[in-house]
Amino acid sequence: MKKHTAFVALGLATTLLLAGCASGADSSSSEGASAIEIGSLYEPQNLSNFGGGGQGVTEAFNGNVYEGLYKLTDDGSVEPLLAESETVSEDGLTYTFTLHDGVSFHSGKALTSADVKASIEAVLSEDSQSARKSSFSAISTIETPDDATVVVTLAERSISFIYNLSYIWIINADATDLETTEDGTGPYTLGEWTRGSSLSLERFDDYWGEAASTDEVVFNYFTDATALSNALLTDEIDIVTSVQSPDALTQFTDNADYVVSDGESTTKEILVFNDRVAPFDNVDVRKAIYSAIDTEKLLNSIWGDYGTLIGSMVPPTDPWYEDLTQENPYDVELAKQLLASGGQPDGFEFTLDTPSYDPHPVVAEFVKSELAKIGVTVNINTISSDEWYTKVYKAQDFTATLQEHVNDRDVVWYGNPDFYWGYNNPQVATWVDEAEASATTDEQTEKLKLVNQQIAADAASVWLYLYPQIVVASSDVSGYPVNGLNSQFFVYDIVTE
Amino acid sequence: MIVYLLRRSAFLLVSFLIAMVAIFVLLRLLPGDPSNALLSVTATPEQIAAAQAQVGADRPVLEQFLTWFGQLAQFDLGESFISSLPVGPEIAARLSVTIPLTLISFAVALVVSLVAGVVAATRSDRWYGILISGFSQLGVAVPVFWVGILLVSVFAVGLRWLPSSGFPRDDWADPADALRSLTLPIVTVALVMSASLTRYIRSATLDVMGSDYLRSARAQGSGYSEALWRHGVRNGAVPVISILGIELATTFLGAVVVESVFGLPGLGSMLLRAIEQHDYPNIQGVLFVSTLVVLIIGFVADIAQRLVDPRLRLSISGNR
Repeated sequence: MKKHTAFVALGLATTLLLAGCASGADSSSSEGASAIEIGSLYEPQNLSNFGGGGQGVTEAFNGNVYEGLYKLTDDGSVEPLLAESETVSEDGLTYTFTLHDGVSFHSGKALTSADVKASIEAVLSEDSQSARKSSFSAISTIETPDDATVVVTLAERSISFIYNLSYIWIINADATDLETTEDGTGPYTLGEWTRGSSLSLERFDDYWGEAASTDEVVFNYFTDATALSNALLTDEIDIVTSVQSPDALTQFTDNADYVVSDGESTTKEILVFNDRVAPFDNVDVRKAIYSAIDTEKLLNSIWGDYGTLIGSMVPPTDPWYEDLTQENPYDVELAKQLLASGGQPDGFEFTLDTPSYDPHPVVAEFVKSELAKIGVTVNINTISSDEWYTKVYKAQDFTATLQEHVNDRDVVWYGNPDFYWGYNNPQVATWVDEAEASATTDEQTEKLKLVNQQIAADAASVWLYLYPQIVVASSDVSGYPVNGLNSQFFVYDIVTE
Repeated sequence: MIVYLLRRSAFLLVSFLIAMVAIFVLLRLLPGDPSNALLSVTATPEQIAAAQAQVGADRPVLEQFLTWFGQLAQFDLGESFISSLPVGPEIAARLSVTIPLTLISFAVALVVSLVAGVVAATRSDRWYGILISGFSQLGVAVPVFWVGILLVSVFAVGLRWLPSSGFPRDDWADPADALRSLTLPIVTVALVMSASLTRYIRSATLDVMGSDYLRSARAQGSGYSEALWRHGVRNGAVPVISILGIELATTFLGAVVVESVFGLPGLGSMLLRAIEQHDYPNIQGVLFVSTLVVLIIGFVADIAQRLVDPRLRLSISGNR
């Protein structure tokens, strides 16, 4: 019996030791309470946005560490940032930018026009992975007559040029090792990046504009959505940048300690037809499919009260948005008629290539059951994201697929007949080109509205719904962006009460 | 012993080389194109080509293998396809989480299972002896990540005693803080590991208790505890040591699994992400290091077994 007592004592001693460690840590962690802790699922691959850094580096760095000549605000408008002013020549081909005075990089070097030129050229370079590369194809020359002036000449008019510039980070031309370090002009500098865990930002004291509200902001990275929710529940983090799982929301919606923000996103869930191949080369068949799917019920079953229905590729934050949800209404009888006039009165069978990650498998099952009502049989073929790129995107070897398209202002892809969905309407292609060559934004908006209407009338794809953008935060934190357009997350105004 | 040591070392080297070739070949047999992880849904044909060039997937497989092997010989694990960052330093950084997690979990599991195993064997007629046997049966059947999720919901989300996930940004600068983050993961791994260890130790103890030599020692007048201590421990240790190596390797793998449950920046989370992205250099690097660790553990366990057991030590051909 004596021995047992010794074991129990040993066990107790171990427990006490661990508890001692735990309480000791409690006091030390409260010292650093001034930092804002952000939780995210998107860890950067590296810190370069044209070398495969991905969504994570945009979220952490855009507007926080790096700045562009212009910025896309949280409500979708474009404002000057490092550019103080610009003049555009009569023919719309020459842009002269005057840089803001007194801007310096985190390394201490003053910003000059040479840095701007080098930054634009880096995005255009041959090995650049930047998703924005193709939008700058109109640039013909970049000149720097003096340190504060940049003159860009275009080969053809490009009304989106200024907007596109909001995506280009201005980086110190002399900086090296941009995959693990940074040299930007933003209100924050990179503190420490622990790969697989977190990335901290520290206030830059020599910032040219209004100083950031908080000394330190930390992005904590998670691979598991449940772990992310747990961290918010246990106060280890203050804000979740983008909730991807609706199930996790219930613990926060009826809780006064948290605020759930329902913002605007630009991510569209799309049933993409291969418009080149039968039977989807027929407009009536495509419209029949569209009208057979109750998108409202689908959105509700996935996101409950969140998210938005759209009738075209354009989200409400794009300037050329209009409500087209009634262009292809949910109407099973109409769908059957359209199917008959499209030459498929007895229905048909097709394969739906479905990416294996959420929400696509659920959406595929829903589409399958809806289309069964009009006699169309769907064979769901689940594929990995990797296979999707090889089979659907590169080889264009598919009949129909599901995919989310995240960017704003991306309706213009319907003007490219070589794009994977193969929508080929020369009139639409012309409008897209004319819109880009417009002299005014009003003219651009007018042309792109025509594009919207036409693709909706043709049911080029089925735009199932627009994802919600949900930020969940502790109720004592404020000043964070709620819309998160293009994965941006400006942190410089965030404060704790 | 020296002959054995040489033979055992040669065996280690050969198994290591075979493992390296297998890792490389199996990865290349997987369907998929690593450059796809670099693309977005608006990638142009030039960007697709640039991505393929960046990952070097357009080069012949043999050339890729020779490059990798050549670098390995110089202790260079290459660069990640996706991030273009060197693999070696990242693995080193992540081992500072995985190795302490493995070793502490193993030590805790060993202490717990020694006590529990001996008690379960010597007191198999008491309620607590039966309870320990029952729990160890259950523990063997339960997956480690499930135990992790359970502990988080009770001790982190429910009671708020410990953090639910993460690791201090400054690593081990404040050991108390780091240990606090590791407490739940350690308990998780140790709990599951002690279940199977308890079963081994219980049966080894039962074997010793029923043995002839113990009966003889008792007949010569030594007390029960004294006989068990003097003769039983050394004899009982031989089969236990031989499985300790395997159990330590299993602990390492268990640690790798729970890392993603607890959001720890260890080797496991690195491997999962690399597999998702077909990032071959990262996968190869992690598998290389883990294979090395497992093989070395096996090597050390074999040597230790010979040091404890003179019968094995004396027979030259006594390796398996």
